[in-house]
Amino acid sequence: MAQVVVVTSGKGGVGKTTSTAALGAALAQNGDKVVVVDFDVGLRNLDLVLGAERRVVFDMINVIHGVAKLPQALIRDKRLENLFLLPASQTRDKDALTEDGVAKVITDLRASFDWIICDSPAGIERGATLAMRHADAAIIVTNPEVSSVRDSDRIIGLLDSKTAKAERGERVEKHLLITRYHSGRAARGEMLSIDDVMEILVTPLLGIIPESEEVLRASNVGSPVTLANALSAPARAYFDAARRLKGETIPMLVPIESKGIFNRLFGRKAA
Amino acid sequence: MSLFKLFRRGSAPVARERLQILLAHERVARSQPDLLGLLREEILVVISRHVAFEPDRVQIRMDRGKTVSTLEVDIEIPNAFELAQGSSSGAAAAGGALTSSQRLRMPAAHMRHG
Repeated sequence: MAQVVVVTSGKGGVGKTTSTAALGAALAQNGDKVVVVDFDVGLRNLDLVLGAERRVVFDMINVIHGVAKLPQALIRDKRLENLFLLPASQTRDKDALTEDGVAKVITDLRASFDWIICDSPAGIERGATLAMRHADAAIIVTNPEVSSVRDSDRIIGLLDSKTAKAERGERVEKHLLITRYHSGRAARGEMLSIDDVMEILVTPLLGIIPESEEVLRASNVGSPVTLANALSAPARAYFDAARRLKGETIPMLVPIESKGIFNRLFGRKAA
Repeated sequence: MSLFKLFRRGSAPVARERLQILLAHERVARSQPDLLGLLREEILVVISRHVAFEPDRVQIRMDRGKTVSTLEVDIEIPNAFELAQGSSSGAAAAGGALTSSQRLRMPAAHMRHG
């Protein structure tokens, strides 16, 4: 049965789009049929991160307004034949997404995909609430940093009250994905640790994605990190997260920096 | 640089503590009206019934703590101020005039943390 998953965070810039692309690709690489849906009207970027920016013809709002049929708007990934993208519109009118229209699109997607992964815009307004509206499960992307954790807590509150499932008295399954984790800083007490974040947000952990230049490099070339460098630390963390999302039990590895003692003592640190 | 940092306690415990206090308050506020906010509103309404104070001469400070929160209302009332209604004067026992500024400080709420 199809699973609708929203990737959300409240705060911007924590890695929602990157994680949507990486998890969508990881699930597709495992053989599932996946569509990633960009809900960030006016500021679409999932197309860019997936390297499909020059192939966008129609978008979700075209589908909702009947300008295009859903299959016409879906873009098949060039590398993975079972990964699709439904782009957001670049129109400035964010009210162009209607509640009924989104419901219809999600229902139609459920009929032909295993996974529908919705990339939420930042914030807690209409776009974000529409993205989470029909979710069966939610991935809350959090950086180990105070403002991100606070906003995640707020989003968790919305998931428990504003979703269709919550209104039916059911629960949206929630998963925490910690991104940009820097084990060295956490060990030195400079950054909130995994335990700190988990204790504060009381949400089961889906994965820990280490801070890595591979993530930036993957988005530079328009490829999910799981495809761009499948053996890199962030890619492996995303593969594990995708398997946990499918219900597998996989031991959680806290990424450790591979720095020598010399670097540890005298090495320069990134800002 | 790094060697020095080994001897300095990181800031993560501070972040953790601040977040725990803040989120305890925000979670309560999500399910019920904000008690401190409500008190602030109502106290000002009651006072304005008796005293015509300048809105910009009012200072309100809130401190949301871990076990106790405080609401501090500081209202500057002009000297030789006449009470609006002479008969019902709860605020000023002296009756006629209030001198300089009156200061209210109250521990406003005890909130449980989940």
